[in-house]
Amino acid sequence: MIAPLSIDELKVKTKLIRRDIVAMTNAAASGHPGGSLSATELLTALYFKVMNHKPEQPKWPDRDRLILSKGHASPLLYSVMARSGYFDPGLLPTFRVLESPLQGHPDMRRLPGVEASTGSLGQGLSIGAGHALARRLDGKNYYTYVVMSDGEMNEGQTWEAAAMAAHHKLDHLVAVLDYNKFQLDDSTANICNMEPMTDKWKAFGWDVQEIDGHDMAQVVAALEKARNVKGKPAIVIAHTVKGKGVSFMEHNNNFHGVAPTKDELERALKELV
Amino acid sequence: MEKKLGMATRDAYGKALVELGKTHPQLVVLDADLSKSTKSAEFAKVFPDRFINVGIQEANLAGVASGLAACGKIPFISSFASFLTSKGFDQFRMAVAYSQLPVKVVGSHGGISVGEDGASQMAIEDIALMTSLPNFTVMVPSDEFSTRALVKQAADLPKPVYIRTSRPKAPVLYTAENRFEIGKGVRLREGSDVTLAANGLLVFEALQAAETLAAEGISASVIDMHTIKPLDEALLLEEASKTGHFVVCEEHQIWGGMGSAISTFLGRKHPSRMEFVAIQDTFAESGTAEALFEKYGLTSPHIVRAAQRVLDKIKSC
Ligand SMILES: Cc1ncc(C[n+]2csc(CCOP(=O)(O)OP(=O)(O)O)c2C)c(N)n1
Repeated sequence: MIAPLSIDELKVKTKLIRRDIVAMTNAAASGHPGGSLSATELLTALYFKVMNHKPEQPKWPDRDRLILSKGHASPLLYSVMARSGYFDPGLLPTFRVLESPLQGHPDMRRLPGVEASTGSLGQGLSIGAGHALARRLDGKNYYTYVVMSDGEMNEGQTWEAAAMAAHHKLDHLVAVLDYNKFQLDDSTANICNMEPMTDKWKAFGWDVQEIDGHDMAQVVAALEKARNVKGKPAIVIAHTVKGKGVSFMEHNNNFHGVAPTKDELERALKELV
Repeated sequence: MEKKLGMATRDAYGKALVELGKTHPQLVVLDADLSKSTKSAEFAKVFPDRFINVGIQEANLAGVASGLAACGKIPFISSFASFLTSKGFDQFRMAVAYSQLPVKVVGSHGGISVGEDGASQMAIEDIALMTSLPNFTVMVPSDEFSTRALVKQAADLPKPVYIRTSRPKAPVLYTAENRFEIGKGVRLREGSDVTLAANGLLVFEALQAAETLAAEGISASVIDMHTIKPLDEALLLEEASKTGHFVVCEEHQIWGGMGSAISTFLGRKHPSRMEFVAIQDTFAESGTAEALFEKYGLTSPHIVRAAQRVLDKIKSC
């Protein structure tokens, strides 16, 4: 079990996580830094404070689960997993290298602690609903978190899962939306506008909280409050900035799927101290 | 054979779309938030009014294309082959194949040459899926010139078509002067002992293998089977009567790929000894495209060994 960090300690931790993200993608010369940096506060809060988990025992039956539905943010997932004790951080530079457990997108059969193999967008919420149903059938108390992107709101499957989870009153299911307003080709507003986002989830029968996804106190408070929701699933809609934490990556969708160069890495690391 | 890298086949697709846009006012292009990668963005730049980016919703994309085709449009739709053929499959089955509507489905990033992104982004089953649908024509072109020509012909074919393109730069095999025809393979090298039937990036590997085999005194034909469905039966029969031995080479899962198609045909019409260079019923992983081709057995030395095996020069594995 890991000791939960304070808000200030969590903030400090995000610097380390962001350093890992830029370093890993630079070393791999590929990967997705933008959408990893935007969700950093969300996963840092979950792994170092909110979730009930034992990194040394990844199959512990009572653990809270995290499903990274936006699987391309794997650098972020690998960093929080390594830094919370699932594996040696010395493995991080093997990201995307042949035979590494740190696949381009998370692979549950190669890396213990990864709860679902993702990378095809839009599948995570259904898988999470399955975990939440199993929890109820087994009379257990764990929570399932599903971290999604705004691009995934385009996918029909997301809304099938949303309707079904609400119909079955699946509490202990918490969706976290990394609402960074960008997808691959352009902004979400220009490609397939999903607004009004909050109203949609409310209309689907979910408990909805809307927060600033980079304000650690808000993030922690919302995630903890979501655990107390009864009789329906909960979503935390976190307004975020793609590329957050590195000035020249912020709001810059060129870093969606392009790694920082050596020079950009050095500039990024200087900002992340 | 010297390796001269040209455009990726996905780039050639983008170029062909722009040329088609000028001659075919009914042509519309749609993508599912991957237009920069599939290269349909090239068309979008020139013909923004005839381009629709639906967002990350491949099933809806397939259905919308069906409606457009029913109204007389010629829709070309693109995304990664992995997501498009799997998520759009029910729609391709009912609203395109069964409905006999001329939707052109172009899946990019076919096979494991995707590289570092890993297994989730790699289509190794797209050919199995799409050849299983009646009425679909299915192609895997090998270089920029054949891709350009075949994409343009696909626009004029009043039928559903699936074309797989790939991510990396492809070795140049042809020139702008070469002529191609959907359903007609290209004999790139004459041989008498064994036929190497390949598509996509493996055509170049097969040509290299043929050179190595020649040095060992084995005479290999190489045929570029860019169209898997309909199969060029005449060409296969000619080869079968001449060599009677085949190595089918493809960047696809061995189950349900071109190897299955060719052996089903030859098994009936001209039983021949067969070997298969393909992905052996496994998912691949992250790594460089070169390292993955080596690890998953798709490079020319693997083709050479398969040819030796089929000719009983070395023991079967
Ligand atoms: C089903 C599916 N379609 C397409 C892709 C290719 N793809 C990878 S990331 C991405 C868009 C990323 O935007 P978003 O999902 O909003 O993620 P974020 O901006 O948070 O990184 C796309 C289209 C995919 N991985 N899965």
